[in-house]
Amino acid sequence: MTGVVATNQTILVVGGGISGITAALEAAECGKDVVLAEKSPTLGGRTTLLYRYFPKLCHPTCGFEINLRRLKANSRLKVLTLAEVVKISGSRGDYTATIKISPRYVNENCTACGACAEAVQATVENPFNYNLNQMKAAYLPHAMAYPQRYVLHPSIIGTPDAEKAKAACKYDAIDLTMQEETIELKVGAVIWATGWQPYDAARIQPYGYDRFANVITSVEFERIADPHGPTGGRILRPSDGKEAKDIAFIQCAGSRDENHLRHCSRICCMASLKQTSYVREAWGDQGRSTIYYIDIRAIDRFEDFYARVRADATVKFVKSKVARITEDQKTGDVILHGVDTEGYHRYETRHDLAVLAIGMEPSVNAADIPAEIIADSSGFIESSPEGSGLFGAGCATNALDVNRSVQSATAAALRAIQVVNKVARAET
Amino acid sequence: MAEMKTAAYICRGCGIGERIDAPQTAKIAEREGKMNLVRSHEFLCSATGVQTIRDDIEKEGVTHVMIAACSRRSKTEAFQFPTVAVARANLREGVIWSQPDTPEAKETTQEMADDFVRMGCAEVKKMKVPAGNPNVGHNKRILVVGGGVSGMTAALEAAKAGYEVVLIEKERQLGGWAAKLWKRVAFREPYADPADTGVEQMIAAVGSEKRIKVHLNSVIAKTSGAPGCFTVEISTESGSGLTEEVGAIVQASGFTTYDATKLPEFAYGKSPNVVDQAGLERLARQAAAKGEPIRRPSDGGEVKSVAFVQCAGQRDETGKHLPYCSGFCCNTSIKQAMYFKDANPEVDTVVIYTDLRTPGNGEDFYRSAQKKGVIFTKGKGTGVEPNGATCKVHFRDLILDEDVAISEVDLVVLATGQVPNSGVNIDLPPEAQDKGEVKPVSILNLTYRQGRDLPQLKWGFADSHFICFPYETRRTGIYTAGPVRRPMDIAQAMEDATGAALKAIQAAENAELGRAAHPRSGDLSFPIVRLEGCTQCKRCTVECPFGAIDEDEKRYPVFNESRCRRCGTCMGACPVRVISFENYSVDTVGAQIKAVDIPDEFSEKPRILVLACENDAYPALDMAGMRRLAYSAFVRTIPVRCLGSVNTIWITDALNSGYDGVMMMGCKHGDDYQCHFVKGSELASYRMGKIDDTLKQMALETERVATYEVAITDIERVPQLINDYAKVIEKIGMSPMKGFA
Repeated sequence: MTGVVATNQTILVVGGGISGITAALEAAECGKDVVLAEKSPTLGGRTTLLYRYFPKLCHPTCGFEINLRRLKANSRLKVLTLAEVVKISGSRGDYTATIKISPRYVNENCTACGACAEAVQATVENPFNYNLNQMKAAYLPHAMAYPQRYVLHPSIIGTPDAEKAKAACKYDAIDLTMQEETIELKVGAVIWATGWQPYDAARIQPYGYDRFANVITSVEFERIADPHGPTGGRILRPSDGKEAKDIAFIQCAGSRDENHLRHCSRICCMASLKQTSYVREAWGDQGRSTIYYIDIRAIDRFEDFYARVRADATVKFVKSKVARITEDQKTGDVILHGVDTEGYHRYETRHDLAVLAIGMEPSVNAADIPAEIIADSSGFIESSPEGSGLFGAGCATNALDVNRSVQSATAAALRAIQVVNKVARAET
Repeated sequence: MAEMKTAAYICRGCGIGERIDAPQTAKIAEREGKMNLVRSHEFLCSATGVQTIRDDIEKEGVTHVMIAACSRRSKTEAFQFPTVAVARANLREGVIWSQPDTPEAKETTQEMADDFVRMGCAEVKKMKVPAGNPNVGHNKRILVVGGGVSGMTAALEAAKAGYEVVLIEKERQLGGWAAKLWKRVAFREPYADPADTGVEQMIAAVGSEKRIKVHLNSVIAKTSGAPGCFTVEISTESGSGLTEEVGAIVQASGFTTYDATKLPEFAYGKSPNVVDQAGLERLARQAAAKGEPIRRPSDGGEVKSVAFVQCAGQRDETGKHLPYCSGFCCNTSIKQAMYFKDANPEVDTVVIYTDLRTPGNGEDFYRSAQKKGVIFTKGKGTGVEPNGATCKVHFRDLILDEDVAISEVDLVVLATGQVPNSGVNIDLPPEAQDKGEVKPVSILNLTYRQGRDLPQLKWGFADSHFICFPYETRRTGIYTAGPVRRPMDIAQAMEDATGAALKAIQAAENAELGRAAHPRSGDLSFPIVRLEGCTQCKRCTVECPFGAIDEDEKRYPVFNESRCRRCGTCMGACPVRVISFENYSVDTVGAQIKAVDIPDEFSEKPRILVLACENDAYPALDMAGMRRLAYSAFVRTIPVRCLGSVNTIWITDALNSGYDGVMMMGCKHGDDYQCHFVKGSELASYRMGKIDDTLKQMALETERVATYEVAITDIERVPQLINDYAKVIEKIGMSPMKGFA
């Protein structure tokens, strides 16, 4: 049904975020056959859920548009969505990948006209806004979603809502009989690019993410600042919808911590520095950003971005690992407690909103990858065993920023090409 | 090519049929658009709809297809007919979704749809299917410039993929800086100890790889040509020259350490006991060779105390030294402190830092150093005072906020950072290029009209300015890798070089097929110039953001098609309009502008031309439509490859034919430019800065042409901009030029 034909000269890319898309495109643009499998209903991954990138403050969807154009123009690249790779067997140059494809309940007839969403009543949590709001149970993941095709949430299948969606569609695009299916593809090499996920903030108990409405994560803050997000881009705090003007950014939330993630997640300092610019953009001189940090890791060229933020009088830096957060129950304000190590004074500082610069962990623990790969103790892919044709790319291999993820993915594309070129040379 | 046969297809799906009078629109395609065949379909993107078009192409001999349906960004794959010319009229996102569904709006919505169909018909008739670049090169060898870790990695990885490689190194041996290290920073678990560099094995691997040809003691005297057909003249130390033909280039020319003699406050050069990080590696190698511990250089005395001064001449705010952080030096100092601690835990090692930067698993390495007893002090080094055989190191303690000092330090190590070897800064005027203390030496010696080396981004790094596309240099087929691109350590340089090798291979492969490189990957069109009309004004050769156009001895432009990225900046620049692409030209856009029906000046129906960047502004307009954000029905939008491709003639033609205003929407320019063709939107804004004179000559108000920076996220802003502009036009009144064209 997927119509995908693959051979042992095909490269399978697992994960359709920026790393997977890059690896797939770079290989396909070298003339290789590529299958890109993404678990969710759309390509784009976490970067499409960011409002801006550091240090240019440009928009991730701009690069995504270019990548979609490249992808649409390339007939060598086949995309599977709602597709999860559950098993890889065989060896370098001769793998069989087992892929489970979940039903979308919407076929390729869909024109993305939106009639089904209008007809459906039920709503579900919106994972494309980190569940900060609800969306219709017939949905287009986001405005840049690819494929540009609606999805029916499985929870409405068998309910009258599903029938309403079907009745509303003039194009016979809704197929409520779709079933999960499993396909097997023969491929020569595999690039594993399943990316990262934010560390579970609730596990950092002293910060009260699970108790206080106004303690949120940095990825959630991206959605709040984004015009496509739940607040239409207005910086409002969750507890009462009040304008959040005085915002605390807490660095190393989960990272550099033996109790949580041992590694430094690399991007969080720059992400918080960037997010202070959202506060400035929204509130001008009325905004207040305070960054609580251990070291500001504005590495290499990023130093001047740090200098620019430091020059902003609305941004304050406090060298301190925040000890705990309490909540003023009357106002919903958050109060940060700790010791400022520059001078060693205790503080108890009130803010409208606390943003945890949350650490990155691999979204699939490398030890759980259904194929042979060397995992490090944090669950990232450390390397491929000698003679393997399976390669890690992007944040599946380490905590990386977008630039470095793309480098990593481009390198992985070459490693995969080395495998399939060798197969091709042997066969001719 | 067979005779032109045109066909228009009007889709009635997604509400188009309900909102507009499709039979009337079809009639317009037939009578005004002069389409040979016109069909209307209730669901054109369906399998049967697409098959109809396919059948017409195959059986009816249709050569030019105009599809009036959704945006060209939607159903792109379904409506792909590579053997014919295809134009899309955006009736869905661009018309019915951006116009209110009210009886009052019905008339203007219909006019909009009719005009988009007129425009689509006019465009497609001017289009040709690109025949492909006739000047392709077939060489796929990869030239790697620089034999350090980055260069050797690029060479080995390209060879492993089956490509021939030519590797040039200016020194007598391979290895670069890494060969001068005693150990490298830990790069795999448990990230606890310094590791072997592996450089010797790498040099051996290069030596035994039959696909790699190495030229030592060699530099590039001249590089000419284009992807697929570069000719590289190499000069060797012996003075003899040789020539290599290659298809693409990886420039891994590395770095030089920052000159520590520029830091007199740290007594470098005054005391032999003050070294930079490279100096310490030398001491460590010498000591290891003798099987001894590292000794004090001044007198061979025992080293009991070592201080590492981080950011020496880096992260500098005074403008005297390096403003950036070199990224690798914190880990290097940790490693070097371990050289002492591993040999003798009794040695005191202090790292004086402002921010300790050990990203990723570097954190484990940092922790390991702490366990080994290395002391880390948050402070900023202020001076080193030699005192007999030892030194006193002064610094500002940033915790206590006071000036302190450590006495009796046997060895001081300055972390001075990396300076890229990027050759000549071609953006400086020629007279300034060779000034300065050290005359910069070109790395590539390109014969390109725009200069001998790659353009630099900042501080000498020949880096991309794109977050999503780190390898994109402004010289097609030439990619930088390693510390010349960005400060980096060995692990990162190896990853970087592997990716750069892929890009080089890709460039050579695509050059052979006549295809464009990023961002219009796969595009087979290329600029065609009618030289007989050229006035040798050189604007195209100067403005091309990618240095693709050279000049011959008579100062005529020489287009190197394989270096071209197909942005059309040359076409926009050309005052005599002799440059075009087969599927995108002054005519394809000009004909659309002229096809629009201009109501008379008493109609109260102004016409506003919107020229929108196809990558950002146009998608923003589409997404505004998806959200049903209404905007003025008076706009007629044409997507352009880049605002840089906008030829002023389009503006003057529009105004002459009675348009009331022109809105140009392109990407942000300046330091943080977002233009995916780097210079396009900046050039457009520069050109439009001069449009006021033209408007005055035409006796028109300057408001009739407006330029905007639009981002892809400006979904709410774009309709607002349009509506505000429509108000401006309403205020200044209809154009007096109507009816004269």
